[in-house]
Amino acid sequence: MAFRSAVITFPGSNCDRDMADALEKVSGTPALRVWHGDHDLPEGLDFIALPGGFSYGDYLRCGAIASRSPVMQAVIAAADKGVPVLGVCNGFQVLTESGLLPGALLRNSVIRFVCRDVRLKVENAQSLFTSGYEAGQEIAIPVAHHDGNYFADEETLDRLEGEGRVAFRYMEDVNGSARQIAGVLNAAGNVLGMMPHPERAIEATHGGTDGRALFESAIRGLVGA
Amino acid sequence: MKVRIHVSLKPGVLDPQGRAIHHSLEGLGFSGVNDVRAGRLFELDVADSTTDEALDDMCRKLLANMVIENYRIEKVAA
Repeated sequence: MAFRSAVITFPGSNCDRDMADALEKVSGTPALRVWHGDHDLPEGLDFIALPGGFSYGDYLRCGAIASRSPVMQAVIAAADKGVPVLGVCNGFQVLTESGLLPGALLRNSVIRFVCRDVRLKVENAQSLFTSGYEAGQEIAIPVAHHDGNYFADEETLDRLEGEGRVAFRYMEDVNGSARQIAGVLNAAGNVLGMMPHPERAIEATHGGTDGRALFESAIRGLVGA
Repeated sequence: MKVRIHVSLKPGVLDPQGRAIHHSLEGLGFSGVNDVRAGRLFELDVADSTTDEALDDMCRKLLANMVIENYRIEKVAA
């Protein structure tokens, strides 16, 4: 069975081609491309990806305008029905702004744009997106962001930790994120938002392949081995 | 009707921009600045019939992110 995925492009997205390329390289099937002004998603999607970039020039707040665009209403409806949704970087910001994930992403505590490989610890290796890793595994994935400082109130953070919804954690303080959280899952486990870019660590020529297992996990979980 | 909407970070939410501005003020030699918090001001021109409820709705749905921000609505006399 072919893996049917879609990458949403907003005005200002700039990692959409990388994401589509990663999905195709790992699944063997080209990803569908969806424009932000579309009101409907293609039928029968197995996977939706919200890519990185600077949607709407980061006007108002990062991801704020994109999260109110027509296609996001369809993405929210699909997520509510259980379709897996991955948001990377700006895509993570869109997910928090849309309410699909708790918390918010603030300006990096160091003020600077952070662009380098970081080491992550896989905290939950049982989710749809992370089953290809081992719990506690250390992986290297690139980050490139100015607003990746994850914030949520203490009660929410405790709940996320208690429910195993912290998917990845930075192994050092990268941007001031609360409890060094790099990626979080929704309660149902079918929505993952993360600041690091797994789609940039797929092939040896990228400098690392630690992102590959994320896509492999999702594909295996959805269409079988 | 002219309306000003002031959006500010909730107390306790780290404000790196405010902190950088604070540092810069100190660098310029201004002493006695205890804290700086950066926010946003929106100036709206809306129909006179716009209700308070609608203005609240605009703030909650778009202008402010209620996870991290508070807002205050100020109606400006013509």
